[in-house]
Amino acid sequence: MKSNFKQLMVPLLSVVIGLIFGAIIMLVFGYNPVEGYKALITGSLGNPFNIGQTIRAATPLIFTGLGFAVAYTAGFFNIGLAGQALWGWLISVWIGISLPDAPSWIVLPLAIIGGAVAGALWAGIAGVLKAFFDTSEVIVTIMLNYVAIYISDHIVRNVITDRADATPFVGQNASLRMQWLTDLTNGSTIHGGIFLALIFAVLVYILLQRTTVGFELKSVGFNKHAANYAGMNAKRNIILAMLLSGGLAGLGGVMNGLGEFRNVFLTNGVAPAIGFDGLAVALLGALNPIGIIFASLLFGGLKTGGTIMPLMAGVPSEIVEIATAAIIFFVGANYIITYFIDRREKSKLSNSDVIVQGGDD
Amino acid sequence: MVNLLALIVSSTLVYSAPLIFTAIGGVFSERSGIVNVGLEGIMVMGAFSSIVFNLFFAESFGSWTPWIGLLVGAVAGALIATIHASATVHLRADHIISGTVVNLAAPALAVFLTRVLFEQRGQTDIIRQSFGYFNFPILSDIPVIGRIFFQSTSLPAYVGILIAFICWFVLARTRFGLRIRSVGENPQAADTMGINVYAMKYAGVLLSGVFGGIGGAVLAQSISLNFSVSTIAGQGFMAMAAMIFGKWNPVGAMLAAIFFGFAQSLSVVGSQIPFIESIDPVYLQIAPYIITIIVLVSFVGKSSGPAANGKTYIKSK
Repeated sequence: MKSNFKQLMVPLLSVVIGLIFGAIIMLVFGYNPVEGYKALITGSLGNPFNIGQTIRAATPLIFTGLGFAVAYTAGFFNIGLAGQALWGWLISVWIGISLPDAPSWIVLPLAIIGGAVAGALWAGIAGVLKAFFDTSEVIVTIMLNYVAIYISDHIVRNVITDRADATPFVGQNASLRMQWLTDLTNGSTIHGGIFLALIFAVLVYILLQRTTVGFELKSVGFNKHAANYAGMNAKRNIILAMLLSGGLAGLGGVMNGLGEFRNVFLTNGVAPAIGFDGLAVALLGALNPIGIIFASLLFGGLKTGGTIMPLMAGVPSEIVEIATAAIIFFVGANYIITYFIDRREKSKLSNSDVIVQGGDD
Repeated sequence: MVNLLALIVSSTLVYSAPLIFTAIGGVFSERSGIVNVGLEGIMVMGAFSSIVFNLFFAESFGSWTPWIGLLVGAVAGALIATIHASATVHLRADHIISGTVVNLAAPALAVFLTRVLFEQRGQTDIIRQSFGYFNFPILSDIPVIGRIFFQSTSLPAYVGILIAFICWFVLARTRFGLRIRSVGENPQAADTMGINVYAMKYAGVLLSGVFGGIGGAVLAQSISLNFSVSTIAGQGFMAMAAMIFGKWNPVGAMLAAIFFGFAQSLSVVGSQIPFIESIDPVYLQIAPYIITIIVLVSFVGKSSGPAANGKTYIKSK
């Protein structure tokens, strides 16, 4: 009970503190925080269209968030979500435009699986290097991000097209858009990927909580040597964790490819934002798949609403990113928040004359 | 041939300079036991603040402006590094999460301030007073060698090389250096010896902010010449890799930074080198990153980092 309470309170309080921090920055620079946040809320939830856009923005984040969580559970920091997502994005669109006449039930699964496999293999490189050479997965995945960016730009420019800045759009047969969803939200770009994302959140939850594979991954993350001693193959688990993580990140890219943009364009050296946002979402969601769904929706809302802030209230949209960073800061440094929660609980205990020996540390 | 070599050396030094300073900064942080993924964000703040200073004060300080810009960048880098220091040292945050926060916050803050200062635009004007190319007096007159190494070259790179040796001496031979290292290797023992573990870790992270800020300022004032969100574009991570490649030693990090600078300059000057011009540019673009990975796999031993790196130290009462 108590730890559940804490698990919920840390992210909730972090969000509150982060938003207050954003308000202070707005005040300092002479913007009206009430107007700013009013624009943010209207822009994210004000009408069916904006709600649709918020869900659309949340969809890939659920995947990249789950991807980060799986790797983190096994003790790895997968900072390469962006590069893995880019591969998923590229390959899914490539498959989509290569098969313009095939029926949907062939193209869609093929493009989705293709994107997932591409992301998995890219992350797998870091997993193999970690398993066999003990190479820092942080540095390797960051480097692989840049390699992915340049290769993807090269493929878009010289392989798929003849020196164009973007590929053609995928056909209706490879699109995740659903007419009834679009109609329901007054023509937003929401797409069917959200259902896939929710299904995968449940699958990952089951995998981590209810299966031997999940137990082994957690054991490796908790103590690699003990897991080895208990007869688990640490090397295999390291690689497996990175493959799963990269596959999920790749699916995040597929959401961009087949759902939102339906083509691939030049990145010009900038990694897809869903990578680092996925990391943030996973941390905010306490690495719990259900938590990640809610955190993704929050981030989706911040992103969609953030774009309205400059238009409606004249507030630069970067304020949202500053608040986001503050939120992650307090999630990461949860020691302050848990410290105050603990102190309150302790004072309650001492009221009822229970003596706690030891205390913290 | 001499002209070609001069071009390669000069552009290598231009691209190395920001990495040299930032990688040295990383060494101080990690030697004190704090992993610093936030070097990227620290460089962003250094680049932003130095460009703003440069734009507003170029007329008062003339050709000294970029050099004072380095100091401004150092202060800004140190300020943003205090976030990382307080989070990791006192608030027991995970080092990588905290570094990531710096990387999220710094570009957002810098672009926000750019919009506040430059009428909503996301990038600044171009500076007029940049580092430019430097000719060493006397040395540049030496035949061949002078042409290759000392004419139209990057002065910040030479300053960085000198500072690398000074920092090596500080870390290896001074009381302060010994204390930083002991805190990164075995904080409990250092504490027993009466060393203030927290203060040393703060010093390490703040020094990484100072040098990383200078690195960002060098880059902005010699390569990009303005500030936008893509000014730093991964150089902080490259510096981190240089630090690891250089085995957490200032001189090693400097040499690794020069190597990465060379790899980066290839994609710029490659078209003028007879053998390389026929290679598809994409290979030159990805070369530095692939080389980094190969280097990490093959040359860096398993346990060469500081023993207590990345661990939170909690003082027992």
